[in-house]
Amino acid sequence: MTNATLGAPPTDEAMRTEEQPAARSALSRQRLASAWLFLTPMLAVLAFVAGWPLLQTIWFSFTDASLADLDAARFVGLRNYFEYVDYGDGTGEWFGLFFDAQWWNAVWNTVYYTLVSVSIETVFGLIVALVLNVPFRGRGFVRAAVLIPWAIPTIVSAKMWAWMMNDQFGILNDMLMSVGILSHPIAWTASPETAMWAVIIVDVWKTTPFMALLILAGLQMVPSDVYEAAKIDGVHPVKVFFKVTLPLIRPAILVAVIFRALDALRVFDLIYVLTPNNTETKTMSVFAQENLFQFDQFAYGSAASTLLFLVIAAITLVYIKAARLNLGGGR
Amino acid sequence: MRFGRAAMAVAATLALATGEVSAAELSIVSGSVGADIQELRTQLAEFEAETGHQVDIVEMPASTSDQFGQYRLWLAAGTDDIDIYRVDVIWAPQLANQFVDLRDAMADVIGDHFPSVIESQTVEGRLVAFPMYTDAPALFYRKDLLEKYGRKPPTTWEELTETAKEIQDKERAAGNGQIYGFVFQGAPYEGLTCNGLEWVASSGGGQIVSPEGEITINNERAVQALERAHGWVRDIAPAGVLAYKEEEARGVWQTGNAVFMRNWPYAYALSNGEDSPVKGKFEVTTLPAEPGSQSAPCLGGWNLAVSKYSKHKKEAIELVRFLSSRRAQKERALTYARLPTIPALYDDPDIAESQPIIAEWADVVEKAVPRPSAPTKRQYNEVSKEFWTAVNETLAGAASAETNLQTLEHRLRRLKRDGWR
Repeated sequence: MTNATLGAPPTDEAMRTEEQPAARSALSRQRLASAWLFLTPMLAVLAFVAGWPLLQTIWFSFTDASLADLDAARFVGLRNYFEYVDYGDGTGEWFGLFFDAQWWNAVWNTVYYTLVSVSIETVFGLIVALVLNVPFRGRGFVRAAVLIPWAIPTIVSAKMWAWMMNDQFGILNDMLMSVGILSHPIAWTASPETAMWAVIIVDVWKTTPFMALLILAGLQMVPSDVYEAAKIDGVHPVKVFFKVTLPLIRPAILVAVIFRALDALRVFDLIYVLTPNNTETKTMSVFAQENLFQFDQFAYGSAASTLLFLVIAAITLVYIKAARLNLGGGR
Repeated sequence: MRFGRAAMAVAATLALATGEVSAAELSIVSGSVGADIQELRTQLAEFEAETGHQVDIVEMPASTSDQFGQYRLWLAAGTDDIDIYRVDVIWAPQLANQFVDLRDAMADVIGDHFPSVIESQTVEGRLVAFPMYTDAPALFYRKDLLEKYGRKPPTTWEELTETAKEIQDKERAAGNGQIYGFVFQGAPYEGLTCNGLEWVASSGGGQIVSPEGEITINNERAVQALERAHGWVRDIAPAGVLAYKEEEARGVWQTGNAVFMRNWPYAYALSNGEDSPVKGKFEVTTLPAEPGSQSAPCLGGWNLAVSKYSKHKKEAIELVRFLSSRRAQKERALTYARLPTIPALYDDPDIAESQPIIAEWADVVEKAVPRPSAPTKRQYNEVSKEFWTAVNETLAGAASAETNLQTLEHRLRRLKRDGWR
């Protein structure tokens, strides 16, 4: 049964048959060759559109490149990461990304945003998935309807929410004030206390459907006879949920969480539109964009992008290890 | 004779044919605050009718900071999709390499414009952009409300604060619950650099970075000016002012919900529009200053630059010449209250009659304070960001003005290191 769910390790038997060289007939060799033939164009395109820009960004992070004249970039070593500048009068100062408080602020904002929003989305997504898993009239319609926030482009939903959260003309303040929760309008996207929460609210609204969809897929793999057995044995539904349902859909949840976390770690558009230039919500991507295109600091921005890439890669690896996820897929 | 006529017909056909060939398709990129795009479209239609060229507008968002990022990307990629860029007065040193030198092409008309504006667009002897209009903000005030409560237009920031507070409170008590005393641009972006610089400079706090490149912002007067501004938020200005740009401020003002507004003259024409609730109820004056200091409106304005990568440079320059011409500037002044860059137009009786703000603004423009884009060179945007961050955080009360200005000075020193680049 566990073999059917995503994330279960392949059985020993399956591994053995895969690795037997003697079993390689002419046919399988031919298949292998044609597989490579079909894969090559895709790999070439990947190398061109993903690999090459990545390498170039890493290269630029070791130069003094400026967007005004990229060809004139010179190699400067690790200066964009750390560098001691001696002022010549006995004093000096450390420069570079590692010593940039604004960069670390962006890192902290990103991590905070990811932790909070993905946690909330997982819980909400689970609840929505459980509801949608129960048969009821019009379920198909509701399933389609909850996907709407996910289907709207982020820029559009961010702009929409920006208007809804406007302090003077926004519907959110209007509603909260008319039911008496607020006594005076809140400037959701402007105040330092609420800016991050404004972003999280919109993100939760937008991506909970995505989480729900992935978890729902996991829920539907759970065979119904387990529940029937539990029912006959008279097990309390809450116990069924924690002892049966949750362990069985755990792989689906873990995959959903990593998808969302990767998305959240490189968030840009939502923050750029909803709370532009706000120190409270500036994430790593926004920091990199600012240096790359707004300031004359292309190399520094490249260094930030490189670190962003490394941070995401590291978190992914640690997560996969810790959650014992097998992304190779079970057989 | 017959031969002559045939030759003429051939020549005419040729001229027609070449005329058609030389009709280029140009594209101009422009930001969109207020009626910017509508205004440009009207004038481009005239240009198209006169020259046979086609001009497309590529529309950008309202925030200057957003526009700049996109322009820089296009220019770095060497795109020939855009022929003419409408550029902010502060960008010349940062984008100079990518634009055509207009000094020779415009030699005959350079002398008609304010020398200071031409100077601001000249980088290392190259004239990289040509003036379209200049800008200097005004303090808009509700004449009807000030009269109702027997107050005079303020000349000091203290007076502004008191008047705004009094009218706001009394109006609210009278049932006008939505009204606020003062709206300005408090969002963290280029516009806040203007607002902040105005508060500081008009309180004797000087510049952010002096023309000689010295960092002068961390001083007692500047601290006071920013603390005063912090006091406005929630007291006389809505809390949301921390996210207001020009249009958000105008939104509150033009629905009749503000006693005072700091904004550019474009808002004058729009607030006097047929459908405006505040039409005829307001007046403008110069921005306040502390006793002993001068009012310090921030010098703004937009210019036109021809991309080095354009395939139609000749026609693009033709368009720049058209849009910066005396005729086009007068038209824009009449309909949209744009401040001309040609001093002679400030005495024009037609303009004085339809947009009285312009005649009054001649010496405001002359006294306007430039942002430190010249001394800080290609690092200006970063300097400006550090400044607007410090100001925005002071307004929000994240830390005191004193702490923020100290941090700002430290950051600017780091940025400058051994000199501005």
